[in-house]
Amino acid sequence: MSDEEGKIGAVMVVGGGIAGMQAALDLADTGYLVYVIDSSPSIGGAMAQLDKTFPTHDCAMCILSPKLVATGRHHNVKLMMASEIDAIEGEPGNFTVSVKRKARYVDEEKCTGCGLCTLRCPVEVRDEYNQGLKLRKAIYLKYPQAVPPVLTIDRDNCIGCGVCETQCVAGAINFSREEELVKVDIGSVILAPGFSGFDPGLKSEYGYGVFKNVLSSVELERMLSATGPYRGMVLRPSDGRMPKRMAFIQCVGSRDVQVGNPYCSSVCCMFAIKEAIIAKEHTPGLETHIFFMDMRAFGKEFDEYYIRAEEEHRVVFTRNTRVSSVSENPETNNLHLWYSEHGKMRREEYDIVVLSVGFDSPKDVEKLAEKLGIELNEHGFCQTDMFTPLDTSKPGIYVCGAFSSPKDIPDSVAQASGAACRAMSDIAGARGALVTAKEYPPEIDVSGQEPKVGVFVCHCGINIGGVLDVPSLAEYAKTLPNVVHAEDNLYTCSQDTQQRISEVVREKGLNRVVVASCTPRTHTTIFQNTLKEAGLNPYLFEMTNIRDQCSWVHMNDPERATEKGRTLIRMAVAKAALLEQLRPAEVEIVKSALVIGGGLSGMTAALELSKAGFDAHLVEKDSELGGLLRRIHYGLSGEDLQGFLKRLVKQVEDDDRIHVYTNAELKEVSGSVGNFTVVIDSEGEETETHQGVIIVATGGEEYEPTEYLYGKDPRVMTQLEFEEKLAKEGEIDAKCIVMVHCVGSRTAERPYCSRVCCTESVKNALRVKEMDPGIAIYSLFRDMRTYGFREEFYREAAEKGVVFVRFLEENEPVVRVDDQGRLEVIVLDDILQEELLINPDYLVLAAATLPARGNEELSRMLKVPLNSQGFFLEAHMKLRPLDFATDGIFLCGLAHLPKFFEENVSQACGAVSRALSILSQDTLEGEAIIAVVDESKCRGCGVCVDTCEFGAPSLKQLEDGRQVSHIDEALCKGCGSCSVNCCNKAISMGYFGTGQILSMIESCFPETETPPAEKEVAEVKEVTET
Amino acid sequence: MTEAMAPAKEEGFQPSILAFCCNWCSYAGADLAGVSRLQYPVNVKVLRVMCSGRVDPYFVMRALELGADGVLITGCEIGDCHYISGNVKAKERFERLSKLLDQIGIGSERIRLEWISASDGIKFAELMEEFTEHITNLGPSPLKGSATGGV
Ligand code: FES
Repeated sequence: MSDEEGKIGAVMVVGGGIAGMQAALDLADTGYLVYVIDSSPSIGGAMAQLDKTFPTHDCAMCILSPKLVATGRHHNVKLMMASEIDAIEGEPGNFTVSVKRKARYVDEEKCTGCGLCTLRCPVEVRDEYNQGLKLRKAIYLKYPQAVPPVLTIDRDNCIGCGVCETQCVAGAINFSREEELVKVDIGSVILAPGFSGFDPGLKSEYGYGVFKNVLSSVELERMLSATGPYRGMVLRPSDGRMPKRMAFIQCVGSRDVQVGNPYCSSVCCMFAIKEAIIAKEHTPGLETHIFFMDMRAFGKEFDEYYIRAEEEHRVVFTRNTRVSSVSENPETNNLHLWYSEHGKMRREEYDIVVLSVGFDSPKDVEKLAEKLGIELNEHGFCQTDMFTPLDTSKPGIYVCGAFSSPKDIPDSVAQASGAACRAMSDIAGARGALVTAKEYPPEIDVSGQEPKVGVFVCHCGINIGGVLDVPSLAEYAKTLPNVVHAEDNLYTCSQDTQQRISEVVREKGLNRVVVASCTPRTHTTIFQNTLKEAGLNPYLFEMTNIRDQCSWVHMNDPERATEKGRTLIRMAVAKAALLEQLRPAEVEIVKSALVIGGGLSGMTAALELSKAGFDAHLVEKDSELGGLLRRIHYGLSGEDLQGFLKRLVKQVEDDDRIHVYTNAELKEVSGSVGNFTVVIDSEGEETETHQGVIIVATGGEEYEPTEYLYGKDPRVMTQLEFEEKLAKEGEIDAKCIVMVHCVGSRTAERPYCSRVCCTESVKNALRVKEMDPGIAIYSLFRDMRTYGFREEFYREAAEKGVVFVRFLEENEPVVRVDDQGRLEVIVLDDILQEELLINPDYLVLAAATLPARGNEELSRMLKVPLNSQGFFLEAHMKLRPLDFATDGIFLCGLAHLPKFFEENVSQACGAVSRALSILSQDTLEGEAIIAVVDESKCRGCGVCVDTCEFGAPSLKQLEDGRQVSHIDEALCKGCGSCSVNCCNKAISMGYFGTGQILSMIESCFPETETPPAEKEVAEVKEVTET
Repeated sequence: MTEAMAPAKEEGFQPSILAFCCNWCSYAGADLAGVSRLQYPVNVKVLRVMCSGRVDPYFVMRALELGADGVLITGCEIGDCHYISGNVKAKERFERLSKLLDQIGIGSERIRLEWISASDGIKFAELMEEFTEHITNLGPSPLKGSATGGV
């Protein structure tokens, strides 16, 4: 199916890791059908293997699993696991892809993921998920939380004994399955195949695979995980002892021309710091030691994290070193690490050596590239250019995540949203064409009816029924108050049982349903749909978990487990009787966006919004569009940025859907997602507009140095000023130039890294060398942070004779004018341990990037937070880099953090994608489970207003003049904190109501318990009353 | 706890324990304990709420009053709360409630606040094991059966 232009409203996402999932969710939420294909049997990608994430130490699985479930359950997402692209034909907007689907020998429709088969399977093989540190069965789930929760038979290892078949009550095993080829019609493709880990065995000098106690950083990660081989303990593979000393060797397979990976893998520095801290936490007395060349802590709060690692966690850092080799003491299996420091060879002994492995391009990517007809760069990653960082060389095919260059999770997520935006713009007209809203019968109003509860108890094959006496539980349920029907089912979630529930609801006039089975976290929506099909409000449903939290954990005590099952059912029935119909609030969406900031990010965002068919109101504080980009003249490869900027501005100004306000600022913002009221003051004139969403793209500015004679001597200038000079004059008259990095960055006052300045310096140094190779250039740096493929420009500069001199924070260069009027720079070279004296003609300062000046006021107006440095703070540092916690407001570009041109473009597109998931809908359904105020009890004290993190409650005046709390239904997330804090108990929660919870508690402890002696009760009362 | 109040240790005493779990982390951790087939005592019943910040101290009091020998409140690790700071609020309330329980002689050792991440099934199972043993050693709650009816 397609729109009138023949475009197809579907997208194929290749790769189900965090980037693929984010792209899929954005597309699906915006009204596109999405096919996610992955060669693995489950989605989740590399992130699923992580224990924690830097720099916040979020538990990776905790933040990932809601995304897994959301992707797996989304009605617009189709998962095609164990699949790969075989061929593609067609053109942007209209492709046909042949997908090869390998047989998993387990029927996806029938398998319930119970895992019984794995318990009996006799074949044990290496578990790739645990890096081979553990074994798995030949029939397996990749990891416990895997989505889809369907098992796979690994036919390479399966002996075909058929035991699994006898175990599977669902009849899901099917050995006769064969590989199939299916054709899928789609409009665009997004590539998110991720990366593969460098094989540390290739660096033979480190002894990986030879010495038992040499691990890769991914192996250590699995050890640190509670679901890993030793339940989170770090043990030496050679003898199972806890290590006392652990060393990390950085850049294994990165920044290494010899192994063919000259680029930097961007994440390993932070990854190692994280592991060094967590390993210490898991191992009492452990010393951790990191050997590195440059500490590339260029992301948000990374430098702060690095400092904390050293000062608080006592991680030892040895810089400037590439470890030359590792040898083993064969008696103790301890490892000797050889490295040179200040020109001297040194040796240290460790129990474990961890190799921080870099990123290789994804496995078999050449084949994929050939089939798709896209270009790869020389390292096998996707070829992109700085203006269109999300586009591959083939129109209609987009890219995100590590495949375009090694990157961390938040950058991948932001790019994924960006790629989704690009993919949508080809098929904007076909939005919604392939997704159909499900039709349900009209809802029966049950208010005022006596509760009639139906209880369905699940055997889950033998998962529950093998331990608990399920039929007796159903019998017991019948005796409970308000229960009019109870039965037990083999699989309550199966299609036919769901049908049956619907029928029983109608036949017996049930108005509440309880299912006692597995976990509500994954299965609530399935049963809620069943209720909707039966004409009941979905919130008249309650689920209790007698499997994961009962039969599975009390296998050896069936009798008492059954007793517990009775209690759990009693509690669920008690709550069910009090359940009420809930209807999420509907908000009408104004189909227009406010974009704050008219720089590269803001203009890109406005253009993408327009391409998607929405109006954008672009507010710029200056008289001209362009922001900081007005001062940047060329890219790393010499791209003409001013020419680009001119075209961009013209495009914006010519676009009918974009309304530009210059010399403008916001006067007032009110309202919430879907409908913000905004007053804009432009050229002294005030306009009031209504906007559905807001994108913050306020940019940043260059720091004006107070150091190094800046402003006092005309030969001292910032990199931007120097670039301007080079661009304007086209030549430079000098014999010697000194550049100083980190001016105003990484200081006590401004502890963050400005991310772009190392590369800026390299870029300008190369420019000078191009103009006149004879000019001597000294670049004085602290850590060279040319991450990703930028590393190659650093190498090129060094090859062209730019002298890079490392200085330590405590030995800042000294700059003065000598008695002959020459500039004099004195610096202690940390590598050679020599003092250098240089007399440059120009001193160029890589000045910090500062947050935009108006951020503070804007943050107050929008009620969104800033971090301690004045950059805007996103909803979640890892997985929601472009969202604010407040719905309907997004951020991108330098407003978030200093970053490169291409990163700004990616983020701007990403913010638009996030915004489109709202703008593309006519109305927005809020949460149904939200706070409710009983106005008769409320005294208007306002405690709830202070409690809420989301700005949902506010005080309003009633007609009788009383102040009461009012909950903005669009903003309430339903956590329930306000309800607890409410002094007058005037706030309760839908679905987790105070009365409902109390009734569960009451039914948890029925009177049957032996009451204590009268005397004791009396005494207790006495005590509680005094 | 005063002498008179300390209930005699009963032979074969099986404590009743209620655990509040937040939907996003600790409940997921409890599920993972199940998926990993970790075994722990049956004494604990889990009551799911969206966030540890939903747990009203009154719920805890009411449970103790009605016959719980111990109550657990569990949530996401600090910083991981799905609602930003629900667990921080839970912690403040918990500290106040602990003081109160000490003052009125029930003893704060009957309640416990723990953070359990979604990937820590082991911690959940171990906590169930350890807390059940701890409450078994304490013996039945002195409040047991003192309930005088609801709010
Ligand atoms: S959601 Fe887990 S503690 Fe708030």
